[in-house]
Amino acid sequence: MAIVGRTLLILALLVAIYGLGASLWGARHGREWVDSSRRAMYTLFGLALFAFVILDVAFISSNFSYNIVASSSSTTTPTFYRAAAIWATQQGSLLLWVLLLSMWSSLALFLTRRRVREIVPYAQAVMFGFCVFFVGLNTIFANPFATSSNPPSEGAGLDPLLRHTTMMIHPPMLYSGYTLLTIPFAFAIGALIARRLGAEWIQVTRRFALAAWLCLGVGIVLGARWSYTELGWGGYWAWDPVENAALMPWLCVTAYIHSIMIQEKRGMLKVWNASLILMTGTLSIVGTFLVRSGILSSIHAFVSDPTLNVSFVVLIATMVAGSIYLVVTRRDGLRSEARLDSLVSREAVFLFQNLLLVALTAVIFWVTFFPLISEAITGTQVSVGPPAFRPFVVPLALVIVALSGVGPIIAWRRVTISKLRRGFAFPVAFALAIMVGLLALSDADRHVFAFLMFVFGSFVVAAVVQEFFRGVRARRAMTGEPPPVALVALVRRNRRRYGGYIVHAGIAVALIGVAASTSFQHSRYATLAPGQSARIDGYTIRYVRPTAGASAQKISFGAVLAVFKGGHHVTTVQTTYGLYPSSDPTLGPIGRFFNGSDESRIGLDSGFTHDIWTVIDPSLQPLQGLINQGDAKLTAALNAVAKQPPATQPQALNVLYTLRDQAVAALTRRFVTHPWPATFLLIVSPLVTWLWLGAIICVIGGLIALLTAPVARARRRARVRALETPGPATAPAPPVRELV
Amino acid sequence: MPYVIVIVVLAVVIFVISGPLRAAYRPAEPAGGSTFAELDAAREAKYAEIREAELDHRTGKLSDEDYEDVDRGLRAEAIEILRSLDETGTATIADE
Repeated sequence: MAIVGRTLLILALLVAIYGLGASLWGARHGREWVDSSRRAMYTLFGLALFAFVILDVAFISSNFSYNIVASSSSTTTPTFYRAAAIWATQQGSLLLWVLLLSMWSSLALFLTRRRVREIVPYAQAVMFGFCVFFVGLNTIFANPFATSSNPPSEGAGLDPLLRHTTMMIHPPMLYSGYTLLTIPFAFAIGALIARRLGAEWIQVTRRFALAAWLCLGVGIVLGARWSYTELGWGGYWAWDPVENAALMPWLCVTAYIHSIMIQEKRGMLKVWNASLILMTGTLSIVGTFLVRSGILSSIHAFVSDPTLNVSFVVLIATMVAGSIYLVVTRRDGLRSEARLDSLVSREAVFLFQNLLLVALTAVIFWVTFFPLISEAITGTQVSVGPPAFRPFVVPLALVIVALSGVGPIIAWRRVTISKLRRGFAFPVAFALAIMVGLLALSDADRHVFAFLMFVFGSFVVAAVVQEFFRGVRARRAMTGEPPPVALVALVRRNRRRYGGYIVHAGIAVALIGVAASTSFQHSRYATLAPGQSARIDGYTIRYVRPTAGASAQKISFGAVLAVFKGGHHVTTVQTTYGLYPSSDPTLGPIGRFFNGSDESRIGLDSGFTHDIWTVIDPSLQPLQGLINQGDAKLTAALNAVAKQPPATQPQALNVLYTLRDQAVAALTRRFVTHPWPATFLLIVSPLVTWLWLGAIICVIGGLIALLTAPVARARRRARVRALETPGPATAPAPPVRELV
Repeated sequence: MPYVIVIVVLAVVIFVISGPLRAAYRPAEPAGGSTFAELDAAREAKYAEIREAELDHRTGKLSDEDYEDVDRGLRAEAIEILRSLDETGTATIADE
């Protein structure tokens, strides 16, 4: 089926080229070409899906004639991970990109098939432009259907670090975020070309921007969770270039989701919104480039490929130049229709928050790319780490959090001092109470920024609670509904507003968790023999007993640890260190089992107030002598077998391999039978769970905001029906008296 | 077998894409054109703004005076949009 897959990709490339040409032709010469082009996008999605299924079936069935299956999967890889191994490769992940890009583009074009007709042809052309680029890369430079005429009997296996549940979801979520961002980007370009610069293009793409925000956010958090539970360093965010690559467009689209409300309501910020979404779309491609190019050192990046790098640089340069040209040449049509009524209004807060979010993005961009900039200037690539980000990011984040509490409190357009005082009274009082409580009962004030984050976060949560309370009270005054019914009805009818408020609360909760867990974390290394203990942050952690295991897939060394506080048993955790056999024969027939790719399974006890996090690093030095002896003996035996007649070799080899497996298992078991001291990293972090809890709250809020309110849905359907019916008599504007 | 699959896929692709280009295809055009649609979107946004202002008032963020002032302004803007929509509709009739 590889030939079918390859042909599907070539066909997809031809369809994408046709779609690009037909869209542009149809913009001036006939609607039927635009419609044909839209159908081309649907077929492109079908072709990409078919190709993806063929490749995934090859992975699941361990068809090692496919080169990427042989390099990234094996028969011992669990089926669950085999199905996901497709995006562990450059070629397969590009195909996933194409699949998601064509899927979201098809959905966008389907939903707008009767709307924004002057914009759609150009937007469609931009979408096809992206498709031509990515399908072209997949077809010409990164062919996932390349096969070998002499396939190996066993594959190299999936990178152990990727054998984690979140890795099934994390890449598709990030790619969904990136590809969803191309939709508002394409419509912005279309609106600028067609000079239709009202709020209509924003209304039709708003949900795609929100979905992109949601998907990118979920992807980022899942990546953080993977880092926390899989990488064995005890943290969840390392300011790695690839992590930042996802964070930057997420910050920009966060700003965009807020600022488009001002354009929708007031006809203001048109230049800003167009520029912001063009920048966000470009950053999503920059992010994709960072993942694929390997130009910046990252644990998450694919191996560097100069051909891909040049292609991406050309695409990004085209996007930047084209965006600037369009915004500059359309600046007359992008003039604001109104001015800010007051600096104390929700618009003003949104504007300030937008500036801060973009400043934050700029800082992250600068520091992330600083190694490249320094290399270009000095010839030496300087490495930067988390300390380079914190001095700028932390203060900006604090102000943004505070503003996310201010925004919900104040009204659009203007507000009086008395209303302002009334709106701020409860949230400020609550935040002050938290501040006094923290000062009196804890030493939180020794970390100023973390302390301020607790206070500001409390302010945000109180502001959101107050808004819900006031909304429910207002609704009850109108309808007399019981509070729970009024709450549900309030949110159902105002999903965008109250979904957003929930997100604000979620962000505050998550950042309180981040501030606490980074500033008040206790960590230490301890080398312990079974029965010995180490103390950390008032806890005593005792190494109860070692564990060991050997299977065809991997060997593992672990430890059971008991945690006590004040003499009372708190919990028991288990951590393991796994080793997957290397395929490098120079490491020795036994030694290769002890020198392959490694993974760590942490011992974690998560709680609402703190996490107890442990990981083992067992030195294998005590086994080295025995491993060397085994290597020497087994190599001699294998050499002797090689001199035997070919007919008797398989049987003899089987015996030797069985003995080898027994030797590996026996060596591994020595960790239990003759235990030696192991090194542990022990961490006690407060409020880490709040980060995950905050993320869940954000997802709930995001989903609420994303879904259409029933009333709005019915109204929109009626409008579309009215617009579809020929003649002005059946598409009437509501009578003027409706609003008088 | 692979060649049969490829040929079938190719035929389906050509059939689907060429549909709008065949003689019988008549694309539906929206009433009133894009100006109408843009005004319609502006009207919806204005209605939403009126509802938001009302909610702000009911939840105590806007004083009675401010609300009356804001609401009056918003309704005036909405009426302008509705008038433009009426004119666009009339212009469409005249064109036809």
